[in-house]
Amino acid sequence: MLTIDTDVAIVGAGGAGLRAAIAVAESDPSLKIALISKVYPMRSHTVAAEGGAAGVIKDNDSFDEHFHDTVAGGDWLCDQDAVDLFIREAPRELTQVEHWGCPWSRDPDGHVSVRPFGGMKVERTWFAADKSGFHLLHTLFQTSLKHPSITRFDEFFSTDLVVVDGRCHGVAAIEMRSGQVHFFRAKSVIIATGGAGRVFPFTTNGAIKTGDGMAMAFRAGVPLKDMEFVQYHPTGLPGTGILITEGSRGEGGILVNKDGYRYLQDYDLGPPDPWPRKKAMELGPRDRLSQAFWHEQKKGRTISGDNGDVVHLDLRHLGEKKIDERLPMVRELSMSYVGIDPVHDAIPVRPVVHYTMGGIDTDIDSATAVDGLFAAGECACVSINGANRLGSNSLTELLVFGKRAGLGAAEFARRRTDSVIEQQVDLMAELSRERVLDLIRRNDGEERVAGLRKEMNSAMEAGAGIYRSEESLQSCVDTMMQIRERYKNVVLNDRSNVFNTDLFEALELGAMIDVALAMACSALQRRESRGSHQRLDFPERDDTTFLKHTLAQYAAMDVPAVDYRDVTITRLQPAERVYGGAVE
Amino acid sequence: MSQRCIELEILRYDPEQDDSPHFQVYAVPYHDDWVVLDAINYVKEELDPTVSYRWSCHMAVCGSCGMVVDGEPVLACHKFLRDCSNRIRIEPLQNFPVERDLVVVMDDFMDKLGSVKPYVIPKEEKDIEDGEYLQTPAELSSFKQYTACINCLLCYSACPQYALNSSFVGPAALALAHRYNLDTRDVGRSARADVVASNSGIWECSFVGACSEVCPKAVDPAAAIQQTKIASTVDYFLDFLTPWKRT
Amino acid sequence: MTRRPYKAEFPALSWWLRQPRYIRYMLREMSALFLGIYVLVLIAGLYCLSLGKPVYEQFLTVAEGPVGLTFAVITMFFAVYHTYTWFKVTPKAMPLTLRGQRLPGAVIIAAHWLIFALLSAAVWLLVSS
Repeated sequence: MLTIDTDVAIVGAGGAGLRAAIAVAESDPSLKIALISKVYPMRSHTVAAEGGAAGVIKDNDSFDEHFHDTVAGGDWLCDQDAVDLFIREAPRELTQVEHWGCPWSRDPDGHVSVRPFGGMKVERTWFAADKSGFHLLHTLFQTSLKHPSITRFDEFFSTDLVVVDGRCHGVAAIEMRSGQVHFFRAKSVIIATGGAGRVFPFTTNGAIKTGDGMAMAFRAGVPLKDMEFVQYHPTGLPGTGILITEGSRGEGGILVNKDGYRYLQDYDLGPPDPWPRKKAMELGPRDRLSQAFWHEQKKGRTISGDNGDVVHLDLRHLGEKKIDERLPMVRELSMSYVGIDPVHDAIPVRPVVHYTMGGIDTDIDSATAVDGLFAAGECACVSINGANRLGSNSLTELLVFGKRAGLGAAEFARRRTDSVIEQQVDLMAELSRERVLDLIRRNDGEERVAGLRKEMNSAMEAGAGIYRSEESLQSCVDTMMQIRERYKNVVLNDRSNVFNTDLFEALELGAMIDVALAMACSALQRRESRGSHQRLDFPERDDTTFLKHTLAQYAAMDVPAVDYRDVTITRLQPAERVYGGAVE
Repeated sequence: MSQRCIELEILRYDPEQDDSPHFQVYAVPYHDDWVVLDAINYVKEELDPTVSYRWSCHMAVCGSCGMVVDGEPVLACHKFLRDCSNRIRIEPLQNFPVERDLVVVMDDFMDKLGSVKPYVIPKEEKDIEDGEYLQTPAELSSFKQYTACINCLLCYSACPQYALNSSFVGPAALALAHRYNLDTRDVGRSARADVVASNSGIWECSFVGACSEVCPKAVDPAAAIQQTKIASTVDYFLDFLTPWKRT
Repeated sequence: MTRRPYKAEFPALSWWLRQPRYIRYMLREMSALFLGIYVLVLIAGLYCLSLGKPVYEQFLTVAEGPVGLTFAVITMFFAVYHTYTWFKVTPKAMPLTLRGQRLPGAVIIAAHWLIFALLSAAVWLLVSS
């Protein structure tokens, strides 16, 4: 077992992980940082984000507005102290990445431009054409190369956290090219591994979004918070699930059903004109738009296609010039993958799973209940997104909380004086290695990774989709428990030590099953509808009972235990979420 | 209706079992809207879970799935089956050592990427409180295309100079250096020069132009390198004529 | 360590035969050879001229003979091909903007051909007069 000593270990090198690494390096260049990722940093899923990052900079905007939009957008499940901090830090962080070279799109006078985005009353979304995540990720990665204290461990697959007596001592990871398990002995650890969209069959998420870090923290005793809240992005391409940015609606795109009718006006998001108009119609919040699709589908008003039912996203009225300038990637994706040129035809779209609001329970400083363990980004839940995330808050979240995690981890590493209980720690690391070896060596077993994964996907789609019920969720939980049991009989075809993707997919499946179970159980217990969690049997929001965060706790032999914690409400009391005509 | 089948001829190499790489053939159902990546995923899920390759986003933005399909470097998620033959030959990227099956060793590229100092070297530090650097849309346009590189390495696979001389810094790294050199917020051209304007840098390039032809993002690294040659030559003469004004 | 990265052999002499784009590249590069030889031929001609009319007449006989003409035609092809490829890449090496808009490559290339045509016409007139 190879041991690597470091001060701060960061698992995940996407937007949050890179921002955290830079924060540690800048705050104290003498701290050793191990930046561990199962993919090269440029492959992290931050790269696929398109629309932009929200931050208040224009004169017609205010922190109050951003606060209000975010809390209301989250259906009041957001911790308001965290939201306050988030929105205030946002402009600083976005300016910081601009200084680092991020090519934000500009107004004629040279200042950064902003565009309107879903659920926001005032436009405040900074954007870099329609490849904001790509530019943000590459800017952060390239800036990280400035800091010699950051040592990268590219293509190291993290498997387990080592936690002894409520304190984190590091993380075990497989060097993918050689199969050798390494133990990163660290004074503090940050998890920034992203969300878990691949739990579902139709998703915008890339192959790597399998909730590895969420599962690691979960198994190490950290609760997963608000896991039932899974966001469906209203406009994904049918079949591939490829994301068509909300920015296309921000620029004026409309959604129509098979009769060419802008159906959103039937769902309290109208009136349709004047258009574009913020917080109304196609610029409503994502949960409401996805739910509207579900209703239209039930009414038989969607358009059937080769890859299921769709509606049409019409951008034709924007004109070729605007599309090429503001939405070039949308045009390219649409032409490549569905053969549609949005300049001349409407794009077929449908809701697809996009973002996990829930995640590793952290406080406002990105710290978890385990000493020395921090989490930031989509894998974490502070919570600033509550029951439904507003588009363009996520990229900003990576920066604000990535930085906080970095500073917190750096501080913890500096202060840490305890002598490490070497034997116990090494034993736990060794156990992790044994777990991996067991999986490779197993010969008797009927299950295969791909087959079991498909079953898990189907169960989640059927039981925990856009609309859920007691029956569908209970069935889902039962099936998932069986799948977890069957996972113990998974046998690999590939026994090689060298870049064994069969093994990595098996480990990812294990993580997804744990995460899926947390999602299904949390959803089952939340007997109300709020934000992106919609119950057919409990269609109303119930603040008396459920103005609380769900906390799922891992149980090796049982369903996760579900508990609750009050939401921090400071200045905005729960009210009705109002979009469409009723807004000024 | 019978399902049309095509064949994938995939290069396999497991150093623990094989002396050298060999091809393995798989029969895959044809779908009109499938890309090569979908076909390879089918092989892994249904036929042979031991095939190893990199992929993630499936939308040509993460750069993971670069491979050589029927002799041409492409992104597997961007190459449609309908544009391929009935028997598709799939190999790992050229000019990189093969780790396993379709997975190549990328270390050399990562080193070179870092060596060109691909980050803003500002004239003077600016406080966050003072807001953003001003940059007009025209100034942004001047370097925008060079920001589009997804580091997919198709250009290195296509470049015969990189094949002949592995110390060549290469198209993507040099295009990225050019991106920063052109960015109005940066003054680091001379700091990058010892790598960029070296004999292993731009001067190793003989403008074959294959890199720009295979680039899936129209970055045009060949253009970046030629422009850098001109800029570097001008710098050289200026330094010679006006040594007191070091660029 | 069970790793054993495999380095494929790169055929240093015949790599360019693998793809049309590499063949076109080598043709472009090969033009330098022919053009270089042609320059030597011209220098030889000048030298012969300096030695008097009879020697020069001998030079012309060879130059206008079957071998000489074949060589001239081949070199002409390479010269034009070289010009064509050179003009084609000029916009890449020197991107020009006019009033905020990037000048289309085709315009720059067309301008080059125009000037080339004019200069060629001028030289032809000079020679044929």
